[in-house]
Amino acid sequence: MSMVDTATVQRTETPTTRIGDSAARPDGIPKVTGDFVFSSDLWHDQMLWGGTLRSPHASARIRQINIGPALALPGVHAVLTHEDIPGSPDFGLDRPDQPVLARDIVRYEGEPVVVIAADHPDTVRRALAAVEVDYEPTKPLLDPTLAEDAPPIHPDGNVIRRIHLRHGDQEAASRSDLVSVEGTYEVGMQDQAFMGPESGLAIPDGEGGVDLAVATQWLHTDRDQVAACLGLPAERVRLTLAGVGGAFGAREDISLHIHLCLLALHTGRPVKMCYSRDESFYGHVHRHPARMWYRHYATSTGDLVRVEARLLFDGGAYASSSHHVIANATCFAAGPYRVPSADIEGVVVRTDNPPCGAMRGFGAVQSCFAHEAQMDRLAAALKMDPVALRRQNALASGDVIITGQRITGTLPVVEVLDACAAHPSAAGGPNEPMSRPGGAGRTADVEHIVRGEAVALGFKNLMFSEGFDDSSEARCVMHSGLVTVTTACAEVGQGFVTLVRQIVGEVLRTEEVVLEPASTNSIGSAGSTSASRQTWMSGGAVQLACEAVRRDLLARVADQYGVLVDDLALLDGRVVGLPNGEEPTLASLTVEPIEATIVHQHAPTLPLDDCGQGDAHVSFAVSAHRAIVDVDPDLGLVKVVELTTAQDVGRILNPLQALGQLEGGAAQGVGLAVMEEVKVVDGLIRNPSFTDYLIPTALDMPPLEVAALIEQPEPGAPFGAKGIGEAPTISSTPAVAGAIRAATGLDLPRVPVRPDDIALASREGRVSPEEAR
Amino acid sequence: MTIATSIDDACAAMKAKPDALVLAGGTDLMVEVNRGIRPINDVVAVGRIPEMRGWSREGARGEVLRIGAGTTCADLTEPTIASLVPALAQAARTVGSPQIRNSATLGGNLATASPAGDTLPVLAALEAEIELRSVEGIRRLPLDEFVVGVKDNALVPGELIVAVRVPVLDGPQEFLKVGTRNAMVIAVASLALVVDRFGKTVRVALGSVAPIPVRAIEAEVLVAERLDFDGEVPPDSDLVDQFAGLVADAARPIDDHRGTAAYRRHAVMVIAGRALRRAFPGSSKVVE
Ligand SMILES: Cc1cc2nc3c(=O)[nH]c(=O)nc-3n(C[C@H](O)[C@H](O)[C@H](O)COP(=O)(O)OP(=O)(O)OC[C@H]3O[C@@H](n4cnc5c(N)ncnc54)[C@H](O)[C@@H]3O)c2cc1C
Repeated sequence: MSMVDTATVQRTETPTTRIGDSAARPDGIPKVTGDFVFSSDLWHDQMLWGGTLRSPHASARIRQINIGPALALPGVHAVLTHEDIPGSPDFGLDRPDQPVLARDIVRYEGEPVVVIAADHPDTVRRALAAVEVDYEPTKPLLDPTLAEDAPPIHPDGNVIRRIHLRHGDQEAASRSDLVSVEGTYEVGMQDQAFMGPESGLAIPDGEGGVDLAVATQWLHTDRDQVAACLGLPAERVRLTLAGVGGAFGAREDISLHIHLCLLALHTGRPVKMCYSRDESFYGHVHRHPARMWYRHYATSTGDLVRVEARLLFDGGAYASSSHHVIANATCFAAGPYRVPSADIEGVVVRTDNPPCGAMRGFGAVQSCFAHEAQMDRLAAALKMDPVALRRQNALASGDVIITGQRITGTLPVVEVLDACAAHPSAAGGPNEPMSRPGGAGRTADVEHIVRGEAVALGFKNLMFSEGFDDSSEARCVMHSGLVTVTTACAEVGQGFVTLVRQIVGEVLRTEEVVLEPASTNSIGSAGSTSASRQTWMSGGAVQLACEAVRRDLLARVADQYGVLVDDLALLDGRVVGLPNGEEPTLASLTVEPIEATIVHQHAPTLPLDDCGQGDAHVSFAVSAHRAIVDVDPDLGLVKVVELTTAQDVGRILNPLQALGQLEGGAAQGVGLAVMEEVKVVDGLIRNPSFTDYLIPTALDMPPLEVAALIEQPEPGAPFGAKGIGEAPTISSTPAVAGAIRAATGLDLPRVPVRPDDIALASREGRVSPEEAR
Repeated sequence: MTIATSIDDACAAMKAKPDALVLAGGTDLMVEVNRGIRPINDVVAVGRIPEMRGWSREGARGEVLRIGAGTTCADLTEPTIASLVPALAQAARTVGSPQIRNSATLGGNLATASPAGDTLPVLAALEAEIELRSVEGIRRLPLDEFVVGVKDNALVPGELIVAVRVPVLDGPQEFLKVGTRNAMVIAVASLALVVDRFGKTVRVALGSVAPIPVRAIEAEVLVAERLDFDGEVPPDSDLVDQFAGLVADAARPIDDHRGTAAYRRHAVMVIAGRALRRAFPGSSKVVE
């Protein structure tokens, strides 16, 4: 007989902080009302302002730097060059290949050369203008196709990584009865376009160490890089997460961190730095531009036989995470399809273009654009329905991917595809003038518009791969009923701060939760907030720590009352199930605190071998998008009318936050499809501002229809939940591009699709509005 | 900083502080100040001068509309004024976002004199007259003498734009703006077309395809001769094509990061044809 009486069971619990609830973000209202403290709001009464002098050239030798005139200005406290770096002169996420401050050479426009601290931002500005740098411009290496054979622009060489993946029977395509399609595709340079520019505040501790508050994705790796460059032991550099205004990969690398600490230690004063919007475009890495050649072979009945591809990614001047980006692009080059034979070469090269690195989707975005275009092309060649072709070749749990790895977890490819493709469309006609292509510009009348539709699938790994098996540490303390959780997980907007409360609510049945600020002082690394990994890694660590506390707590009660642990339960801040009907509160039971610290690790992964084969990935996720677009072919303008999605989520932990990820990710995918591009000409960024780097507005991003969230719990994942942050960005772009192709009849092998690509394309093969009707 | 409450105040302050910046809605000025490319020492704010805001009709039959330079883009989209100068309202509606339109003024758009300033082609097509004031007195300049180059105008130090005069015409008007985003975008090409049924003329001006707004005079002449201004018979495709071609010929576009010259010329041609068809739908169709 249950010891819990019905009155207790029926007592309502606070309903919004369990797993599966749409719990509200604790920082949601402050962010909307402007009370949230972002990194750019950091302040110290004694602080100085920092600024960075950057190279105006994509490639130049530095003959001389004269800081004298800047130093002579009143109010200037420090003017530092590479000579002032006490530790390692270089830093880097993967390997230290990037100078903290340029020495003899600059390799991209915007490379930091001098940093300054002064009493006022205007003084900083004047001082930056007063520094004299004598550059001798050199011929930049700008064309990634020439990089491999060009003289090295860096001691590490021009090829950052080459992977030549070969899978299955390499003669598989020699049969004469196969259908093949070929294409060359291109993806432009996308920016993460977060709202909160890089900013931070460094405070010297008076004993040679420094505290840095900064908006970042990964505190501990920042700390290690900063300490190495300062020549300090890691423990004398303490990083605390400042309010992050978006990240999307752009904060995985060091930006102003080292500069701030150098200035603070040099002046003995707190120093704040905040990039302007323009500067931000030079201050972080972008998504790799890519050129991709593909050939797909299939039987005449539509079974994929072999995929060949050559992927060339432009890494820009420094390595950043290029090494791993190209691995992802290569491993997922064929998409979520059964491909028995593959030959994929992925190369990422160094050029004097802006450095590229992590961005939401991380390599899978580029190849997905290409493989999905190929699938549509193949369907056309086979005269098959593109959805049917995808379904016929869909991967499923138990299948082997082109890296030779067998999928042991869940992978509902057919489920997401069918749900998305079958979802009824709610799209109306283009009756409302504002909702036509051209929008507020009133350029199109109904008779100028053609409509198209397409479906795409996206495929990506979750968590880091290739043996990079990082962990996450979490501590849970219950003291007088209050639960304090400590992790170094960076909240960058993904909702970890909400999830922690839900996990505590779920496991410990209490709403009394405090989440300590994320910091390197208080706990070990949580790993990066990237790769769709924090819910699994840090969420898992918090779950395990909470469960350990729960075990100890119940053991304490069982011990105290002489009952069995199994008879006890937690409910609404109390322990229930005691035979005497007593319901001691958590507060009364934890006068003496209970504490647990857990290091959470995922299943180990292996490196890829020389043929790109190996069990390199932890888990996989798949998503589907269907796009309906209206195109004005004469002007080349596009309106995305409707986007529908279905996604493989494992389990939904918070429906509201899940929707936020799906909508935001899709908006970024729409942006890449039709407008978002950092335009680089002669190595120089031509549009470093939100005036000209366009991101979708409310008139560009249609309502997102969620056809289904497929819940197939992933073995090994906390609560069975898969990371969901990246997938929406991957399949949305090819769906939109495919829909524009369907509307226009054009090849459109490049995103973003520019108005010229449509309007000035040769009229042959193009569908005119009259024909389409 | 002077917060002027009358035009005389403002002019006096500008005379006293010749290097002061005039601040209206600040949507251009503050961007430049924040980027550090506009040194700011002193400011004369003109946003609280009631006589610079709003509009009135002048002339015996109210045939002239005088619009205060401090009138915001949001104000310009209100139905009353929109019915008098529809193209100006349409242009104002395309400026920025609601927040920007609530601050951005007609005078600021004029003074900035950007090739992409959205009200400029409309004012060019309407042959607007710009009214300037300083302690010296009043000057009146036609638009094409006011906007003299890329971001360059005919203002002399101490001079304020106080109003714009445009005719109230009998006839349809169109403003079309091409940009690579469906809202809040700088024009890659734009076109204003106004019809004067009484004078039997059509006037066309282009934005973002030349350093200053350009009129397509040859195209105007062509259609003035051949259009049915009573609106019964729509222009035939031949006429529309010729018109569009002549409009495109008037463009002097460049390649930049917002668009190529080839696309701009093409886009102007397309929107010229569409504007003409919208303005002359024929008796069987209703104007939208
Ligand atoms: C996000 C954003 C989007 C924008 N989108 C568009 C767009 O789509 N289309 C477009 O055309 N513009 C756009 N703009 C530019 C700007 O909003 C317009 O040019 C606006 O009309 C400027 O008016 P203002 O009152 O804000 O001028 P301010 O910024 O106050 O002034 C601009 C300039 O004009 C001078 N000035 C202002 N009033 C007078 C006066 N009465 N007499 C003399 N000089 C004067 C100032 O000294 C200054 O040099 C945008 C700006 C932003 C920030």
